[in-house]
Amino acid sequence: MSHLQLRELTVDIPGRGAGRPLSFGIEPGQVWGVLGPNGAGKTTLLHTLAGLRPPRAGQVWLDDRPLAGLPRRNVAQHLGLVFQERQDGFPATALETALIGRHPFLSSWQMESGADLSLARQALARLEVGHLEERLVNTLSGGERQRVAIATVLTQSPAIWLADEPTNHLDLHHQIAVMELLAGEAAAGKAVFMCLHDLNLAARWCDHILLLYPDGEACWGPAPQMLVPDALERLYGQRLATTELDGAPIFVPVR
Amino acid sequence: MTRRWWLPLVSLALASVLASCLSLTVGSASIALADVWAVLTGQGSELQQTLILELRLPRTLAAFVTGGLLAVAGALMQVLLRNPLADPYVLGLSGGAAVGALLAMLAGLGGLVVSGSAFAGALVATVLVFGLAHGTGSWTPSRLLLTGVVVAAGWGAIITLMLAISPAQRLPGMLYWLMGDLSYAGTPWLAMLLLALSCLLVIPLGRSLNVLARGPLQAAALGVAVQPLEWTVYVLASLLTAVAVTTAGSIGFVGLVVPHMLRLVLGNDQRLILPACALAGGTLLVLADTLARTVIAPEQLPVGVITALLGVPTFLYLLYRSR
Repeated sequence: MSHLQLRELTVDIPGRGAGRPLSFGIEPGQVWGVLGPNGAGKTTLLHTLAGLRPPRAGQVWLDDRPLAGLPRRNVAQHLGLVFQERQDGFPATALETALIGRHPFLSSWQMESGADLSLARQALARLEVGHLEERLVNTLSGGERQRVAIATVLTQSPAIWLADEPTNHLDLHHQIAVMELLAGEAAAGKAVFMCLHDLNLAARWCDHILLLYPDGEACWGPAPQMLVPDALERLYGQRLATTELDGAPIFVPVR
Repeated sequence: MTRRWWLPLVSLALASVLASCLSLTVGSASIALADVWAVLTGQGSELQQTLILELRLPRTLAAFVTGGLLAVAGALMQVLLRNPLADPYVLGLSGGAAVGALLAMLAGLGGLVVSGSAFAGALVATVLVFGLAHGTGSWTPSRLLLTGVVVAAGWGAIITLMLAISPAQRLPGMLYWLMGDLSYAGTPWLAMLLLALSCLLVIPLGRSLNVLARGPLQAAALGVAVQPLEWTVYVLASLLTAVAVTTAGSIGFVGLVVPHMLRLVLGNDQRLILPACALAGGTLLVLADTLARTVIAPEQLPVGVITALLGVPTFLYLLYRSR
């Protein structure tokens, strides 16, 4: 169980004013959704939270220590990141790709054991790409690659999940399957923090919401207080119609 | 997982032994394998002793080690730059080494001075490219690659200039150096040690390199300390190249073609690819050198010509039938 704390954090986006510093904790069991228009800084925020780029001001703390001072390996043992974009200049098979999720837990001279291999296989099976394990990832479809990427982080099994649009490229069924997987992780005591473009997925699966405005303004809180039409219309500059289904709000853009 | 690696490594090791045997037996005077064995165990005639121990064995070892160094350096550079076209020479290392070597030759110096000067040239080129690519910001693979290519073009111009103004009697030696030449190579103890050490070093680095091949952000997210790793790889690859160039002049294609051939056949796990590169690169260069000194014996061809003539069709064939 780990938690991530943002202390007066301002992410560094060139040419952007300070805006409102972020101060909140991402606690075990919580599912956070980050909403905002293109260019609002969602990806930059995720990378900053993972310690991959320095903030302009403020700090990120992992448990009771500042993230910036921790060795990368320690960070990776607690925190996993699903990237939006992937490089595979030297393609590997789906199984090899999932298996690198064990990297933070193996010493330099250690080879992956049978246990590591079965973790990777379970993760691939969980994302319904087990049958593709011998295929090179660059021969897979966009959605299949996305699922392999999520399986890699599932193999890593971090206490804190950071996910950059985890439902990208996925068909409807797999979108729901991935959201259910992440909600299940949270229910098991992990913390989940993800960027989303789909308001309805956020409304249905997230218990906390962060709204990022392009000018650096931000507001956050429990989902029911954040997911109100006025705020969302201002966020996207788009008129919305709202209805309700099974107790969760549904937002539909209108002309 | 490990079990799958034994077969390719053992076959490659076997191939390198066979190639070395061929290289020791074939030449201006062929010697039976039994006689080679006799010489190696301290018997055999005096002529055979001289021929094998002082000429062919050092040359075979030099060819093997040069090929191994170049292939490993190429594989490392390709991962570092995440670019399949990277090779030890693309960053201008051989250009710097060549300018160093040619300067020494122009001054009428030979042997060790040429080698030392080439080594210094390679190091200067390394520092120059890295410093320039680093510039005021952090370096990215494409920036490093572009800087290297442009600097290499600069070296090329200087080399042409030196060839143009050098006296005619020095030209053949200079051209041979530029095309790669093993005929003056002594037993390369230092280079052999370096190759063995670097093969040991890449075993613990291998898995981190696998992660780095997926990009620096992904690598950092999976716990790799990216910058120290990239520095290590760059310095190591440069050192390997500098030593290879110092041993045998500039020999193209090995560093580009051998890692790719192996990747097409063996996949992309650097823990397998790097030692396999050492063996396959060495084998390729031993075979090429054997051909180079037998095709039109007693005349010799520059070995770089042979590596290209062997490497290009093999590579194209593998590429053609790959997935």
